[in-house]
Amino acid sequence: MYSASDLRKGLKVEIEGEPWVVSDYDFCKPGKGQALYRCKLKNMITGNTMDKTYRSVEKIGKPNLEEREVFYSYPEGEFFVFSDGETYEEYRLNSKTLGNQVSFLIADASCKILFFNDMPIEVTLPLFIEKEIDQTEPGARGDTATNVTKPAKLDNGYELNVPIFLNEQDVIKIDTRTGEYVERVSKA
Amino acid sequence: MKSNPTSLNDTITAIKKFFVNKGFSEVKTPQVITSPFPEPHIDAVEVDGGYFRTSPELHMKILLAEGQQKIFEVGPCRRKHESGRIHREEFTMLEWYEVGADYNDLIGFTRELLLYVCRETIGSNKVMYNGSLFDFSDPPEIFTLNELFSNFANVSPEEALANFQFEELLTDKIEPQLPLDKAVIVKDYPAELAAFSKLKENDKSIAERWELYLGGVEIANTYTELTDPEEHLSRFAKFAKQRQEAGTPEYLVDPLFLKALELGIPDSAGCALGVDRLHMVLNSLDSI
Repeated sequence: MYSASDLRKGLKVEIEGEPWVVSDYDFCKPGKGQALYRCKLKNMITGNTMDKTYRSVEKIGKPNLEEREVFYSYPEGEFFVFSDGETYEEYRLNSKTLGNQVSFLIADASCKILFFNDMPIEVTLPLFIEKEIDQTEPGARGDTATNVTKPAKLDNGYELNVPIFLNEQDVIKIDTRTGEYVERVSKA
Repeated sequence: MKSNPTSLNDTITAIKKFFVNKGFSEVKTPQVITSPFPEPHIDAVEVDGGYFRTSPELHMKILLAEGQQKIFEVGPCRRKHESGRIHREEFTMLEWYEVGADYNDLIGFTRELLLYVCRETIGSNKVMYNGSLFDFSDPPEIFTLNELFSNFANVSPEEALANFQFEELLTDKIEPQLPLDKAVIVKDYPAELAAFSKLKENDKSIAERWELYLGGVEIANTYTELTDPEEHLSRFAKFAKQRQEAGTPEYLVDPLFLKALELGIPDSAGCALGVDRLHMVLNSLDSI
């Protein structure tokens, strides 16, 4: 169990059987009274948020969280199969857990899965991946400005904005946290 | 208003100048003490040789018993596990005591102090804080805790304490209603929150204590000091019991303080002011 005084931004706690992360935190102690720990919490499974105030005497649950090194293997129906880096055990995650990350899965890429009571709840992908542009308007020759952008599509249908001088089959670097274009890796 | 931010040291220098001009002696009491006062909700940081002081109160009161009349100290204090926007485990406290004064006398005095420090540091009477411009030359607005609770929380402070709602109601219902464009004094706390202040002669349910708010932030705490030795000992015993029930460490009473009680602490008033918070307000900062 955690004490209220352990509460910090980023601390992961368990409330009514679910894992939550403290997304914002403040401490107050009005008029020499009892300390209040005011938290904004985000549910690590559903993404729901709530406000909660703890008093110094309260205890807060510690979630059973474990992070494992894995690599992405292949899609299988509505699931995406990851393999444990050490045991080769396979974990099947659905697109609900992965969200946007589905578009950035690359075979054999090393990732991390966070388990809550042995249930996978969060995947950390490599910070950057490289993908080929599948469809975009032809590049404007000579225009190397990176602040003028146009839409482009990857082979998996993911759309993002890229600088206007890029062409189909150019390989680009994408930030998996934001899903945004970073730089061109190679020309078609 | 000066656009350049001032340093915390400018604030401290201005404070010291004010007190010296007013005939106060600056004192330097020990930072490491044998044992802090056993207040219910304040925990001390253990260090070699005892505890880091949570305030200079204990040794300053010993100095009053030994005959000092007007003393002040500015220096570091520490309180365990207190960390947030306006809390830091180590912070800078100003504390002063004046023999013969009571908590009402310190209202006007504190106003003079704030006005002086504001002029000396930022070169103006006015500060923009929390979206409001306020003028330190305006007199503070004074409310009793009773009227604030009955107007904004529909319960008395005593009922709120009994229902363990005092702190939430104060921060959620009352503090947001306090005027932001002037200094605010909230006075007359219930006896249960007297800490080491004197109870009113004509109403023992009320403690002669006030808190100062600037821009919605609690800045200073003032008492007409408790001087009665027996009442002191009974409060120590009560607070020790509360600490034991809460499972917090036991703080024994420092024998030097017991000796001061025997000598007699003179009738006096004292104020503790958070210097980092004052500096924050003067410089329109969000946190300390």
